[in-house]
Amino acid sequence: MLLITCPHCGPRPELEFVHGGEAHIARPAQPEALNAEEWTEYLYMRANPKGLHAERWRHLHGCARFFNALRDTTTDQFVVTYKTGEARPDLKGPAA
Amino acid sequence: MSAPFRTDAGGQIDRRKSLTFTFDGRTFQGVEGDTLASALLANGVHLMGRSFKYHRPRGVLGAGSEEPNALVSVRRDKARVTPNLRATQVELYDGLVAQSQNRWPSLNFDMGAVTSLLSPFIPAGFYYKTFMWPRKAWDHLYEPAIRAAAGLGDAPTEADPDRYLNRFAHCEVLVIGAGPAGLAAALAASKSGQRVMLVDEQAQFGGSLLAVTDALIDGKPAQVWLDETLATLAANPKVTMICRANAFGYFAHNMIGITERLSEHQAHPDAGAPRERLWQVRAREVVLATGAIERPLVFPDNDRPGVLLADAARIYLNRYGVKPGKRVVVATGHDEAYRAALDMHRAGVEIAAIVDARPYPRGPLVEAAKAAGLTVREGYAITGTIGELRVNGAYIAPIIAAGQVGQTETLSCDGVLMSGGFTPSVHLFSQSRGKVVWDETLETYLPGQSAEAERSAGACRGRFGLAQALADGFAAGADAARHPVTHSFAVEAVEGDPKGVVGALPHNRGQGAKAFIDWQNDVTTKDLKLAVREGFQSIEHIKRYTTTGMATDQGKTSNLNALGVISDALHRPIPQIGLTTFRMPYTPVTFGVLAGMARGDLFDPIRTTPIHDWAVEQGAVFEDVSLWKRARFFPQGREDMEAAVRRECLSVRKDCGIFDASTLGKIEVVGPDAAEFMNRMYINAWTKLGVGKCRYGILCREDGFVTDDGVVGRIAHDRFHVTTTTGGAARVLGMMEDYLQTEWPELNVWLTSTTEQWAVIALQGPKARTILEGLVEGIDLSPEALSHMSLTEGKICGVPTRLFRVSFSGELGFEINVPAEHGRKVWEAIWAAGQPHGLTPYGTETMHVLRAEKGFIIIGQETDGTATPDDVGLTWAVGKAKPDYVGKRSLARPAMADPARKQLVGLLTQDPAVVLDEGAQIIVTRGQKPPMKLMGHVTSSYHSAVMGRSIALAMVSGGRARRGETLHVPMPEGDIAVTVTSPVFYDPEGARVNG
Amino acid sequence: MQKFSAFELFKQGLNGQAGWKPQWRSPEPKAAYDAVIIGGGGHGLGAAYYLAKQHGMRNIAVLEKGWLGGGNTGRNTTIIRSNYLFDESAGLYDHSVKLWEGLSQELNYNVMFSQRGVMMLAHTVHDVQVFKRHVHANRANGVDNEWLSPEEAKAYCPPLNISDNMRYPVLGAALQRRGGTARHDAVAWGYARAADDLGVDIIENCEVTGIRRNAAGAVEAVETTKGLIRTPKIGVSAAGHTSVVLGMAGVRLPLESYPLQALVSEPIKPVFPCVVMSNTIHAYISQSDKGELVIGAGTDIYTSYTQRGGLHISQHTLEAICELFPAFRRMRMLRNWGGIVDVTPDRSPIVAKTPVPGLYVNCGWGTGGFKATPGAAHTLAWTIAKDEPHPINAPFTIERFRDGHLIDEAAAAAVAH
Repeated sequence: MLLITCPHCGPRPELEFVHGGEAHIARPAQPEALNAEEWTEYLYMRANPKGLHAERWRHLHGCARFFNALRDTTTDQFVVTYKTGEARPDLKGPAA
Repeated sequence: MSAPFRTDAGGQIDRRKSLTFTFDGRTFQGVEGDTLASALLANGVHLMGRSFKYHRPRGVLGAGSEEPNALVSVRRDKARVTPNLRATQVELYDGLVAQSQNRWPSLNFDMGAVTSLLSPFIPAGFYYKTFMWPRKAWDHLYEPAIRAAAGLGDAPTEADPDRYLNRFAHCEVLVIGAGPAGLAAALAASKSGQRVMLVDEQAQFGGSLLAVTDALIDGKPAQVWLDETLATLAANPKVTMICRANAFGYFAHNMIGITERLSEHQAHPDAGAPRERLWQVRAREVVLATGAIERPLVFPDNDRPGVLLADAARIYLNRYGVKPGKRVVVATGHDEAYRAALDMHRAGVEIAAIVDARPYPRGPLVEAAKAAGLTVREGYAITGTIGELRVNGAYIAPIIAAGQVGQTETLSCDGVLMSGGFTPSVHLFSQSRGKVVWDETLETYLPGQSAEAERSAGACRGRFGLAQALADGFAAGADAARHPVTHSFAVEAVEGDPKGVVGALPHNRGQGAKAFIDWQNDVTTKDLKLAVREGFQSIEHIKRYTTTGMATDQGKTSNLNALGVISDALHRPIPQIGLTTFRMPYTPVTFGVLAGMARGDLFDPIRTTPIHDWAVEQGAVFEDVSLWKRARFFPQGREDMEAAVRRECLSVRKDCGIFDASTLGKIEVVGPDAAEFMNRMYINAWTKLGVGKCRYGILCREDGFVTDDGVVGRIAHDRFHVTTTTGGAARVLGMMEDYLQTEWPELNVWLTSTTEQWAVIALQGPKARTILEGLVEGIDLSPEALSHMSLTEGKICGVPTRLFRVSFSGELGFEINVPAEHGRKVWEAIWAAGQPHGLTPYGTETMHVLRAEKGFIIIGQETDGTATPDDVGLTWAVGKAKPDYVGKRSLARPAMADPARKQLVGLLTQDPAVVLDEGAQIIVTRGQKPPMKLMGHVTSSYHSAVMGRSIALAMVSGGRARRGETLHVPMPEGDIAVTVTSPVFYDPEGARVNG
Repeated sequence: MQKFSAFELFKQGLNGQAGWKPQWRSPEPKAAYDAVIIGGGGHGLGAAYYLAKQHGMRNIAVLEKGWLGGGNTGRNTTIIRSNYLFDESAGLYDHSVKLWEGLSQELNYNVMFSQRGVMMLAHTVHDVQVFKRHVHANRANGVDNEWLSPEEAKAYCPPLNISDNMRYPVLGAALQRRGGTARHDAVAWGYARAADDLGVDIIENCEVTGIRRNAAGAVEAVETTKGLIRTPKIGVSAAGHTSVVLGMAGVRLPLESYPLQALVSEPIKPVFPCVVMSNTIHAYISQSDKGELVIGAGTDIYTSYTQRGGLHISQHTLEAICELFPAFRRMRMLRNWGGIVDVTPDRSPIVAKTPVPGLYVNCGWGTGGFKATPGAAHTLAWTIAKDEPHPINAPFTIERFRDGHLIDEAAAAAVAH
């Protein structure tokens, strides 16, 4: 069970969280303006990196807020967690 | 009736407390402090099991959790039978009943041993090469035979009545292993005043100290030091000590899984006493002081009962007061066996010889043995044993060149004690994802770079010997606690050379000889060599092909020797062969303790509504819908569901029905931007929905498929009362929060789940208004004041209500929301008021029939995650002027406009008495053979009492254009002809909803 | 190829089993091949076998970064069934089952395919509706699947608890009698041996580090830890690592890789005659030929390449197992492990051409890849050889996500296995 540091509440066990998939995929402001490939890219395509991964978590059984994390998917070690809306920190993970 | 091999004094046992137990029906005596294994040995019983494949007779090999041979079933009562327990870990209690396994008809005479005769023809992996012809024989002949021969003990047959506990804990320092290193680590860490936990798998703390007889620590006998140290730790309130605790798993972010045996060792546990407890410990720092496991020597017939590990024999002698035999051969490649020999000698066990495979063994232990007059055969290998159910002799021969031995001698004996050295237990370190590194000097793997906040100490990192272990442990404890404390232990002990031998000893016994590597799985050196010959080079392949290291001991005694043999066969050094991954659990973990309290009603939370108890009192039959219990129907007398539903349906259509809709999800959407938010989420338009009005809302996923629906009421300009499906409430709220928090944080909206806050009573039927009229205050129920799809606030039975005029039945209907705590009171008031009017309670089944008669869909029944709003006939609900909503762009994809998409239709069977099967398939031309051209399926199907016939809803390819067509439903008994109709069967004009 | 048979085993037995030869060679890679398969699991080795056997492409290689079958092939619970809902899925999986039924004989390697029956439990009214829909659809598609009452389910699987005192009582079950299990390692080894015999080079410990494309954009070579290998065709069967490999060619996929755990009990005498799955309470179980109860469950909630997951997932699995089979509560977990499963948005696989000429992919099997091994391998080989899909795998394209032709078994059945 992971130990996840909610940027609002501090470290908490994984049981309090839900995973929200890859971070920093903004919903297009005008979906109608996107062609089929662009919409597919938004809707389905994922980086799925082996290494540092920017991902969303939600502290569902806590503050209930979404936040972002950089985690190394080869070790599951978190490098940093940060609030929604903040830019992805310019960090390299242990495996990156 | 004293046991013949019990010593007169010494050890950690209480000879005054005699315990009676049975093994395979024979009654024996042991004493307090015994394990089953030590008690059997005290009685001269070495034969405790049969091996997995060849059914070879086997004695106990070790004294702890590494034991591969002595597996037994322990039976407390009919329901409390546990197979595959290690006799070395079964603490003896009075009345214990144990049985050997994997033998028939008896342990002494096992018919299964016939496989031993066939062994030349059934090498490792033989089953991959045969049993392929004739093909059917695999199912009926070969596989059942293989299965019957395999397996160890018998599974329990009764439900386990025992209880298991779960506990989460946190500490700054967790020390795993309470031998000298672990105790010293705990001692150091405890001085910091931080929370320290010390766990050990044995019944007593002390580890190797429990069998030390001759060492002094800080001037005191080791036993005295142990007792004092334990007392010091126990007196510290910040120190938690848990024995009988198997630290089985090292999980991410320093979480350690530990199971504690609570009552299994007791003769008469209290009724209801928990059997085991799971600890999930999150530690800031971990000290691994897990020790080392002695390695067997690999030589022909090294598996006879009476052959055991030297250090285990020493533990039996010193800790349990049990001699392993009368005259033993000590075969070794390591100094510690000399210590065992000396202790045996002092206890009166005759040492036939110490047979040392090393050419020139030297050092204080060797010299001590010689000084005691023991015969040491230097540069000799043990090359075999004699005996059937018990060893009665050993072959030895001088090693004359690499892999070659000279003339064989025979020594008579009733026991062989062997030692190849000690393998550090790096299991937990490896589980933590630390990298092990090969140590050339010690010829073993040691912990390398850490991946978690942990450090190893003592023998598990190659710091053998009492003095080293204590010093290393103390330093590790101080480091883990970040507390600068030091202590220099004064240790007086004779220490040997830590280096041993790895792999197989040379012998001259021919190709038929079996030198076992993995005792339990019967893997021999020949099997490993065969795997190499067949091209397997990866250790993972060889392990899987031969099954070495895959038995219930997980290779604790065998892994390194296997690597040694493979290294020889491949002509590659061991580090180039690799090491198999250590996986949790370190030793087996009871399913029950992992499942914990989650059984029966505690398996999952049960959600019930405020009206639940009333429904129970009325004899309702319930169904599970997500976590909820929902009343499915209310049988009267001996009614079955069909009869009850028929009656309930007709009552609603004729008079009125009352239905508990409290399980519907409810979300309060509030804020200046609430309407805008709803516009973006739902497919419908919300801006123009007036206050006090309701609308049927449809929610799509971003991929355009319908995911939820429900009536939404506008309570105020900035406040919506959103209802969801029963099972979808959490999902919808999560989806709304996701968009609100991460996509549209600029919207000023709050979301609150109110599912549990409101009880919802649906009153449906022509007399609904009449029944309700006398109960409301300040509410005008007239059609003019409260039209269909509108809502009002006021009071009912004196409590506040949000009163919706909505209908999921097609009848005049109200849904009365009241605060949950008043739910039952209001329900009962309405119930009483309805009595003169034929009011009938109804359940989900009737609700389903009523809505199907009206062609209303159920999410998850008509839709299945692949239906668009248009597929289920809801295009009318789309807010067409809206620039965007969740799912809109996806609905513009080509496949969404395919005319062949499945669409919602009604089906009428040509025979009105026939009720179609839900899920039945639909074809166009009758009489097809598989594979048929499938056009759709029946989603809902009922007998409709009010229509006097069956009705069905279906999703059919291009269905809306097929109205009037005859299609067919293929059933095993033949095709059923159906006519495609509108999905609205009853009151298509919708007049009844106006009452 | 040295033939495997009872006679040969006997003959070798007289000679101390000394005459067996390597089951496959361990060649160094050549400078160029007609096709290269990336991934030496059952899917990749099988694809190489069918390419050589059925399409005459014998100058080909399989590149494996570790050891054969060391990925999900060796880490799954070996369940085989084909009672899927949609025509496309049932077609693909039943193609596979039919190949399984003759695989031991075809490969001359006993893969121990055991048609013990796979029983899927229904615990709610909704489950009953869903499974009955499966039964009807399967029957019409010629796939065996039948509905059992709780009593019939218990008769088929005596340890099953069908009492009312369960939180979610068993309301019935769908049984596919042709379903069952197979010996996972043997599948990889059997394909490897048979492919090697046809001239396929199987190269272990050879990690692909890059994919080179020519000016036209088509693949021309793979860069590996054992050097550059030229090839006009690359088939990728890399399971959890597919995103990484395809990324080397600039192809993005709708995939995410999750940890999936499984565990076995200590071996016991035969007690469990079939495979039982419960999607509602998340567990599946069978008993291996060795006697271990083989148990699996759902994935962890986050993506990961660590091949391990959380203890709470195993706990949840065993809660379900103990609820369904209360006598197993005293059994003990012997071994637990994790694989990496690549999951698509509609939980159906991709077996298709990619936008890059000469690059083919077989991925997205989620938790259900083992059962499809022969069918996936067979259709991937066809796709590589002919540069167009076999009719059976034609629906399983990447483009279905763009166009909306999804094959969403998971949504349709709340089934993720």
